[in-house]
Amino acid sequence: MNTRKHWFAIRKDLSGQRSWLLGLCSFLLPLCIWSLVSYTPWIWHPMVRISDPGGVAYFQKDMLVDREIFNKENAFMREGGESEARGEPANPIYLPAPHQVVQAFITAFQTAPIRRNDPWLHQSILHSITVIFYGFTLSAILGVPLGILCGTFAFFTRIIEPFIDFIRYMPAPAFGALMVAFLGIADAPKVAIIFIGTFFQMVLVVGNTTRLLDKSLLEAAQTLGATSKKLIFHVIVPGILPNLYRDMRILLGWAWTYLIVAELIGASSGISWFINQQAKYRNYDNVFAAIVMIGIIGLTTDQILRFIGHYLFPWERRN
Amino acid sequence: MNNLNLPSYLEQEPDVRARFKKIRQRPVILEVQHLGKVFPGADGDIVALHDILFNIHRREFICVIGASGCGKSTLIRILAGLDYPTSGQVLLDNQEVKGPSPDRGMVFQGYTLFPWLTIKKNIMFGLKMTNHGNNYAEEQALQWIDLVGLSNFANAYPHELSGGMKQRVAIARALANRPRILLMDEPFGALDAQTRSQMQAYLLQIWRNVDITILFITHDLDEAVYLADRIVVLGTHPGHIQEIIEVSVPRPRNPDQFLTPQFLATKKRLEELIHPPEKNRHEDLPMIRLTQAGDEVI
Repeated sequence: MNTRKHWFAIRKDLSGQRSWLLGLCSFLLPLCIWSLVSYTPWIWHPMVRISDPGGVAYFQKDMLVDREIFNKENAFMREGGESEARGEPANPIYLPAPHQVVQAFITAFQTAPIRRNDPWLHQSILHSITVIFYGFTLSAILGVPLGILCGTFAFFTRIIEPFIDFIRYMPAPAFGALMVAFLGIADAPKVAIIFIGTFFQMVLVVGNTTRLLDKSLLEAAQTLGATSKKLIFHVIVPGILPNLYRDMRILLGWAWTYLIVAELIGASSGISWFINQQAKYRNYDNVFAAIVMIGIIGLTTDQILRFIGHYLFPWERRN
Repeated sequence: MNNLNLPSYLEQEPDVRARFKKIRQRPVILEVQHLGKVFPGADGDIVALHDILFNIHRREFICVIGASGCGKSTLIRILAGLDYPTSGQVLLDNQEVKGPSPDRGMVFQGYTLFPWLTIKKNIMFGLKMTNHGNNYAEEQALQWIDLVGLSNFANAYPHELSGGMKQRVAIARALANRPRILLMDEPFGALDAQTRSQMQAYLLQIWRNVDITILFITHDLDEAVYLADRIVVLGTHPGHIQEIIEVSVPRPRNPDQFLTPQFLATKKRLEELIHPPEKNRHEDLPMIRLTQAGDEVI
């Protein structure tokens, strides 16, 4: 059997082992590129980290300078017969090496905030999760039933969807200033932004998912004696549940993207506040650590939800 | 088939004639009265059904057959109450049909089992919808599962079943509601030939064992002759009744009868009605030859 054909067969599944391997690679490859750029002195490294200032008056040990300036200063030194500065190639401060970020990952949790009243990192994260939870739950409580109504009755489609289509083109962050005016500067406007960011999409997505339910299931149920109300609760709702669940997983991802903007509104807080604060102190390793952390939280929640879904909907397991 | 010396499809043995006499004496369950259906189209109205008129007697097995586009699906959807006629009416036990109801069970070609319910719960569905208690529904469901021979699959989900098994569940699900008539819309159309003939035998057996009247839609001539007491033959453009044939093949039916003179005579008549020879002539392929290799054996 041709191995090459096996790896690149059009629309054929790969073996479990190969799928795992490729999944691992999808994380390892970017990490490899990042490591190459960080640890190989001749790749990129546009700066020089001074190890010995030599005769250059304003150079200091461990200072980062552009390579161009470094070379120019050294040329001056050579002309004047003074001792040249020495240093090693380095990357700009905004690109920390992987090991620094890993270190930051641990130290960020252990480092007390610089000002005493500021939250610790884990408090910031918890705060972010709370905001997402309230925003998303609120939007699901209203959005899911409304979406199901839109997908079921043409009446609701016609009276609700045009206006929602209009609003959903307005970026949620544009409502920031308004929300602060309405709701103050605490968490309420942040929850509102998450709500605005997900609710309108949710109504449309759920409406669509509902419409995709096989119509013949409804007809079969009708010939078995199901009336309107029973059709909704015994056919439509259970019928769309697996797809609804998947929609919610995708929309939860959207909620995280709105979180970053939401947290900068009013009194900034949560993980975005942490990121901004650390960027001000030029602790870019902490910034990277925090961004990666959002990714990890998102991916983990999604995988957990997927796992739960596997058990909730045994009839969907064939894939 | 033309070289065979076949009797007329109208010729009936005395016992067959006696059967039909008895059937005609039974009460009428379903009356289709001058049914018409017109779909408004962009280039004017399209007449799907024109003046459809026939009766079905209790415990009769009726097949409706016709070429594609003759409106047979439209007809059964109207009978089920899923579609409305533009003229005429349908009476079930002298009551006008005004929408879907559990007294007319339906089996669809696409199975339409509820994927989120186990086999048992699929069959319980109708009983629960008609406000029967859980215990009664479960007891009935188990009985119907036994009747269609799926006792080992009561707690399986539909996707774990083969096409033929799914369709047996669909039949049991419709029958569990004790309908007056069972409407079947090309129920075996998606099955392979072997499963299909097995399902036909199962259906005849179920029909014998249960007090049920069946209206069965198909485009398969053998299937129609094998199953039906009477065959309603529909013509196209617009869909209308060409003839209602009393099948002269004696009951009980079995697959050996496929080659009996009565069977072939009825089938030949259906063939003439549905695929008249002059209609097919313009569909001949042009004679383009790309090879002469191996011509001596062709």
